Amino acid sequence: MNMILGAGLSGLSGLTLALIASLALGLASGLLGTFVVLRRESLFGDMLSHAVFPGVVAGFFLSGWLAREGWVENAKNPLVILFCALVAGVLGAMVVTVLGNSTRLKQDARLGVVLSVFFAGGIALFGFGEPAGVQGVLYGQMAAIDATDLRLMLGAAAIVGVAVFLFRRPLLVVSFDEGYAHNLGYPVTWLTLMFSVLLTMAVVVAMQAVGVVLVSAMLITPAATAHLMTDRFPRMMVFSVLFTILASVGGTLLSGSISDFAAGPVIALCATALFVVAYVFAPRHGLAARFWRDRGQRQRIQRENVLKDIYRVLEREGFPAEGVTVGAFEAERRLDREGAERELKMLEHAGALIRRNGGERLVLSEEGWRQAARVVRNHRLWELYLTNEAEYQADHVHDDAEIVEHLLGEEAIQRLEAELGFPKTDPHGSPIPQPSAPPIHTTS
Amino acid sequence: MDLLAATDIIIPTKLLVWFGLACFFTALGCSQVGTFLVMRKMSLVGDAISHSVLPGIVLAFLVVGTLDSPWLLIGAGLSGVLATLLIELIHYRSRIKQDAAIGISFTSLFALGVLLIGLKAGKVDLDPDCVIFGQVEYLQGYPRVEWWGLEFPRPLVSFAVVGVSATVVVAVLYRILLVSSFDPSLAASYGYFPAVVQLVLMGLTSFVVVSAFQAVGAILVIALLILPGATAYLCANRLPMILLLAGVHALLSSVGGVWLALSLGINTGAAVVLAGGGLFTLAWLFGPVDGVVVRLWMRRRAGEGREPVSACE
Repeated sequence: MNMILGAGLSGLSGLTLALIASLALGLASGLLGTFVVLRRESLFGDMLSHAVFPGVVAGFFLSGWLAREGWVENAKNPLVILFCALVAGVLGAMVVTVLGNSTRLKQDARLGVVLSVFFAGGIALFGFGEPAGVQGVLYGQMAAIDATDLRLMLGAAAIVGVAVFLFRRPLLVVSFDEGYAHNLGYPVTWLTLMFSVLLTMAVVVAMQAVGVVLVSAMLITPAATAHLMTDRFPRMMVFSVLFTILASVGGTLLSGSISDFAAGPVIALCATALFVVAYVFAPRHGLAARFWRDRGQRQRIQRENVLKDIYRVLEREGFPAEGVTVGAFEAERRLDREGAERELKMLEHAGALIRRNGGERLVLSEEGWRQAARVVRNHRLWELYLTNEAEYQADHVHDDAEIVEHLLGEEAIQRLEAELGFPKTDPHGSPIPQPSAPPIHTTS
Repeated sequence: MDLLAATDIIIPTKLLVWFGLACFFTALGCSQVGTFLVMRKMSLVGDAISHSVLPGIVLAFLVVGTLDSPWLLIGAGLSGVLATLLIELIHYRSRIKQDAAIGISFTSLFALGVLLIGLKAGKVDLDPDCVIFGQVEYLQGYPRVEWWGLEFPRPLVSFAVVGVSATVVVAVLYRILLVSSFDPSLAASYGYFPAVVQLVLMGLTSFVVVSAFQAVGAILVIALLILPGATAYLCANRLPMILLLAGVHALLSSVGGVWLALSLGINTGAAVVLAGGGLFTLAWLFGPVDGVVVRLWMRRRAGEGREPVSACE
């Protein structure tokens, strides 16, 4: 199959090869990146990308030697290189684990030690002569990829894709909850090993595209972007693959206009650009969405506080039908005219307030009355709960109730009322209003 | 590397001393700062910073045009701090966890740095290879300075200044770093704001990283930061001893590494790291506190101690 694929591939132009390579990259690193990000093992991926490097260099040497001896045709045999890379990757992962079992070094230091010593080993191998093609692995070679490299990438990506599809459920369970996986009878150790092997393959693919250091960019950034865009795992996988392909294709095309060498960094920066866009504009988890959500929340709380104060004035004055004066409102809120007008405008805008007598008299609309009564009830019920059930002092409950009054939902209120025996007054003797009851004063 | 190959004669002792000293001063500063990174479980933040300083160095280099200017330190410091800020920004303002935030930040900044080099490739004598491999070997190409009748290449002086001053700063801040690393709440009650200490440590890391960058290359800086501290941690329990042993590790791995590099003809940075890795392996096996052999021995002794008890029963 390799032969057919190789023959078919060698006829294609550089750009087409790069586009096919992008697909392989998306499938391999985009797919496994989602697991890496969710398992919080981004730095494990980084370690692996450096630990694999001596294996790749050794693979170049070995396949060169095999070619000279006549065992293989090509001096850059993908199978040999992939095999050596896998050996190095699994060895690195094992050293990290063994170090963990036998010393008190923390995970971060262990990763750092293995990462750097393995990588130094790879560089030291250059002492025996720098094999042709190793530059491509160090810096990435997306813009100058050839048919042999592409065969390696496609092969590894296909294995990763098929394995993740077949074992998607065990892999997912192991990633989210190892204990649960044990209970289900999954072979957790073998699955973890398989994950390391697959990750090594993805690393080899990404290394061809963007170089040793930026492998992390391909593993982490698109998956993190996808994580911002969705809460569902299958969808996250699809997004991650798409973002990787998008970054790779975009980066390759963009860098073509700069220089061949720049492809790796430009691809990584494209992935970062996608992340930034998602960071700001993602539908639920983006900065903008969160800002609007928080703002809506803040406005509601402020509205409820103003309504509560109007209710208090009304209550003190015996619920006069003509409402309260702006002056009384100012005094209650401790505001000057300008500040009071701003808050009143806000209420009017929300349809909670009607102004009479040239604006001097404030009357609550039905909606406004309901909201005011609800928040006052929440406040007083909570105070009662704290004094009766949690045995707080009556003079210590107000501040807590000021916060909780905005958070209590209808269901919680019903249970609270039942618990307290449908009380009529709060610990300070003020009546607890019923929002369902019609307004005491008329709005007509 | 090519320079060495070209000379291809018996290496003069002078060269050996120069390389050794350059590596030692670099490794010394890194070892002292890095030990605290290991203690604070922040090794990989160190890794992130060592990659993230690249754009700062490149920009400063493009402006001033030489590799041994203080502006490079400033540029590196700024981009190192930028990296920590980006990590915090991503980590605290979104659902992305810290490890992914580290990965996103340092790969982006590193890519930016490599891209800047790529844009200027061929026009300046800063090439991607020196980012990966470091360039201790190029020391001999630099102008010399005379001191007490001895001759040194100029970058060696700046390596020495960085290494010694980082060590001095760590010694001066020792108490603050100690308390805030092991008991953050006590440190806060003393008025050592954790965020400030953190930022100082990151600044210090960026500072030592720059010279390490020139010596062993971006990727291997992490080794100079982490290996000494990790090795010493397997050999001692008390922090002053750990710091001292980390310094010894820096010395031994530099001397051993340079010897290894010159005798095998391999890249100096890689050789220093391999020598350091060898020392680490020795400590792992035979370390007096946490070595594998010591553990086995203690387990056996504990076993022997129990035996008479069971015999009595």
